[in-house]
Amino acid sequence: MHIMEGFLPPAHALGWTAISVPFLAWGLRSMGRSLQAHPERRMLLGVAAAFAFLLSALKLPSVTGSCSHPTGVGLGALLFGPAAMVPVGFVVLLFQALLMAHGGITTLGANVFSMAIVGPFVSYGVFRAVGALGLSRSSAVFLAACLGDLATYVTTSAQLALAFPDPVGGFETSFLKFAGIFALTQVPIAISEGLLTVLVVNAMARFNAHELRALPVMSLRAREGTS
Amino acid sequence: MMRMKARTWMMWTVIVLLTVLPLWLIGAQPGTPGSRTLFGGSDDRAQQAIGVIAPGYRPWFSPVFTPASDEIASLLFALQAAIGAGVIGYWLGLSVARERAQAHDASTAAMPAREHRAD
Repeated sequence: MHIMEGFLPPAHALGWTAISVPFLAWGLRSMGRSLQAHPERRMLLGVAAAFAFLLSALKLPSVTGSCSHPTGVGLGALLFGPAAMVPVGFVVLLFQALLMAHGGITTLGANVFSMAIVGPFVSYGVFRAVGALGLSRSSAVFLAACLGDLATYVTTSAQLALAFPDPVGGFETSFLKFAGIFALTQVPIAISEGLLTVLVVNAMARFNAHELRALPVMSLRAREGTS
Repeated sequence: MMRMKARTWMMWTVIVLLTVLPLWLIGAQPGTPGSRTLFGGSDDRAQQAIGVIAPGYRPWFSPVFTPASDEIASLLFALQAAIGAGVIGYWLGLSVARERAQAHDASTAAMPAREHRAD
């Protein structure tokens, strides 16, 4: 999902940055408030950030014959709300842009938007929706992490299609082309990310029941259905 | 508890299979379309696609720092993964130790001699 350095025209680069900055400010505020009110959450927030660090460094092979990586931001979004994951995703992407020539400074705004904004917000929305349907916590966590991951790559495809519409077929043709590269590759990887997130949430439910009870998202319908 | 354990193992198995099977399935096919390097990054493929859609486009900014070689790049990726895995390992270790300590406390507290809890 990394749009390479310099690969978005200046107007697009600026536009995506302008969209992402307010989310980043909101995320920093909400993270700060949450930690001030509940210092005991520091550890779990650290784990959620570490999960994103770990997963986004792993480039996994996929059925399309190319490699891509999970994002790992779904976990934190479920625990601490989607805004808290914006700064985390930002740090990961900045690290990769500065040190690894992976992504870039000019494309940071667009990459933050797909991985650190769309991903967490979709995960959170899916989790709430599936939870409201009364399914088990595991199913809700799985679908949330999996679909959030996919949404990130669909967003990247749309961003590239907007910047590079096909000369004949326009946005649509271009989007299908980029989605074929990104989203299709991502399907098995998103499933893996969903399962990994369920494993971590299960471990947290076992070891950190006390801290989790204080988290609004996990407290409600999460308990039933975990056999 | 047993069912939980079985489910955990099943999930790990599916994750491993999802990762390993593509290597085997795609690797076995002799001629994959495009004849590009097998299992390259999807980011690179997107870059090639941009070259096809907009052949005239030239990136207008280049990375501030580029790892000197693939080895250095994979070192940095390994470092990133290690930082993440280290924190998660610390949390898991601490959690398991805490759970054991609690179980130990509970079992000693349940002993008939309870003088150490006198207060």
